[in-house]
Amino acid sequence: MSASGERLASALATHAPAPARRRIHPFDDESWLGRILLAPAVVYIVALVGFPFFLAISYSVSDATVGSTTLHFVGFRNYAQIFQDPTFWRSLRNAVVFTGVSQVLVVVLGKILAMAIYADFPGKWIVRFLILLPWVAPISLGSIGWLWIFDPVYSVINWSARALHLFRGGFWPIWLGQPDLAMASIILVDVWRLLPLATVIILAGMSSIPQDIHDAAAVDGAGFWRHLFRINLPLIMPIMLVALLFGIVFTFTDLIVVYVLTRGGPFDSTQVIASYAYFTGVQGGDLATGAAISLFLFPVLVAVAIVFLTIAKRTEVT
Amino acid sequence: MATVETRRLTKRFDSGNAVDGIDLSVREGEFLVLVGPSGCGKTTLLRMLAGLETPSSGDVLIGGRVVTWLPPRKRDIAMVFQSYALYPHLTVFGNIAFPMRAAGVARADVATRVQKAASMFGIERLLQRKPRQLSGGERQRVALARAVVRDPVVFLLDEPLSNLDAKLRTSARDELQQFQRRLGTTTVYVTHDQVEAMGLGDRIAVLDHGRIHQLGTPRDVYHDPADTFVATFIGSPPMNLLQNGRMLSGVRPEQLLPRAAFDRDDAIVPFPFTVNRIEYLGADRLVYGTLDAPRADTKVIARLPSMITLPIETGRRYDFAVRERDLKHFDRESGRKLERAA
Repeated sequence: MSASGERLASALATHAPAPARRRIHPFDDESWLGRILLAPAVVYIVALVGFPFFLAISYSVSDATVGSTTLHFVGFRNYAQIFQDPTFWRSLRNAVVFTGVSQVLVVVLGKILAMAIYADFPGKWIVRFLILLPWVAPISLGSIGWLWIFDPVYSVINWSARALHLFRGGFWPIWLGQPDLAMASIILVDVWRLLPLATVIILAGMSSIPQDIHDAAAVDGAGFWRHLFRINLPLIMPIMLVALLFGIVFTFTDLIVVYVLTRGGPFDSTQVIASYAYFTGVQGGDLATGAAISLFLFPVLVAVAIVFLTIAKRTEVT
Repeated sequence: MATVETRRLTKRFDSGNAVDGIDLSVREGEFLVLVGPSGCGKTTLLRMLAGLETPSSGDVLIGGRVVTWLPPRKRDIAMVFQSYALYPHLTVFGNIAFPMRAAGVARADVATRVQKAASMFGIERLLQRKPRQLSGGERQRVALARAVVRDPVVFLLDEPLSNLDAKLRTSARDELQQFQRRLGTTTVYVTHDQVEAMGLGDRIAVLDHGRIHQLGTPRDVYHDPADTFVATFIGSPPMNLLQNGRMLSGVRPEQLLPRAAFDRDDAIVPFPFTVNRIEYLGADRLVYGTLDAPRADTKVIARLPSMITLPIETGRRYDFAVRERDLKHFDRESGRKLERAA
């Protein structure tokens, strides 16, 4: 420091108030304020995610039932048991099919829908609002609505199709009572439920592409398909993966649609991991086995999350 | 190479006419600059030439063919955007190759033509990079390479130099003009910068409020402005305009000189004013002043080259003058140019 600098510093020091004895209020101290503001979220996650998770792990290696008051450690007996259980494998396969098919449909339809409502047209606002409605409706109420739509006697689909002469003679599908149709039905409901979120996420991704890029592609000679596959899709791929990640997590862990519509039936043809864990652990009273089944959700979801976040990072374009 | 023409071309937006019945004709191989203040409709006009904007009425012709309703890809044009609009997910090679792949050029040809275009702009070593790894000047070259690679009949350039820093802009301007001369491709260039317009254009179209005020060579536009808008828009500092009865008289700042600077036999008009402020710019001095009463509210600017060493102080009155033939006259009402000594 130069001489003049030192003079200035000492002048400032003598005139500055003596270091305050008073403690800074925690709200004025950023390190404390940060902790205070984070605390509710941390407490919430620990109490509602962390604690149940470790409880499930401890149940899965015990002999807990709904009625028991003490736990005994039984090692991996419950896991050995579910590996022998064909219904478990069937549930796992169903969960993968249910999630896979519905998410492919959600992403493809979400992209198409987003492109349709990306363009400017009168009444755009109301269309966007209507598309979002299934997302804001409670899942259970929406599913009950679909239960009526798929009703074996009163199904509005069947009666409409018959009135339009599409179903002839004795053709009368029992939507939730025939194995293939039951799976198709729960996939349909899941797509209906998740499509709005995916559409809105993809729409946000599309809005983030500068108009100049589209204009350049148009001038450079790209037609619709080339523009879609070479410019549009690669640019929104990271954000589409986020939509897909959400969709997979929501669908793979979902219990409500299956519970309300089919209870896993007929013949376990729509049984998924979440519903099987619930029926075994809570309704069947075998908490230990139920916990072991439900823990199979965890590694799958972690793997999915890691894979997608890695891809999203790699394809990041900006 | 082709001509570009517009006939009564109009674009209406809710707020009014962005382009208002423009008739424009660009000659084959010409470098035409559209210049005007922001919001004058120059970019909208260019976008209509490109087919990115649909005209409300009127026609666009490229090479004598009406293309008004053709999509951009069927017009055989190339465009460079202000933002360069490089595809961020593609490499430089992918960006330059894109228009050819869209046109279905064979794979082997694509590679050789990309190489050729890249070497034209000295960016061969950047071919494997992504746009985000390039500097502003490199991005601009990639955008130009992408435009030339397809051999379009017309180049449309929308302020391609405005994102470069001042030093780079000068050299880029030079290169741009050289390469246009070499290719001889008809070029329409949009800018708000009148220095760029003067320096680049074979002809300049000065636009305001969706209309062309004047279309002419840089020399015409500067020395013989069609109206007061052109007179004040082109030239920095702008032309001095003074009320002179029922007309406005205009004089360029560099033509307003101390009386002593003129030859004795020059026909001059005396122009005394009081100096308020002097800006020393190195090569020139800008002298700001106000006229004598009763026109003391009229401000004038004179630009003195460094050869004129006459000392000037603020607050004093000096005898300036202008050659009579350098004076321009405009109608006070319409602003249109009047023929001499009206």
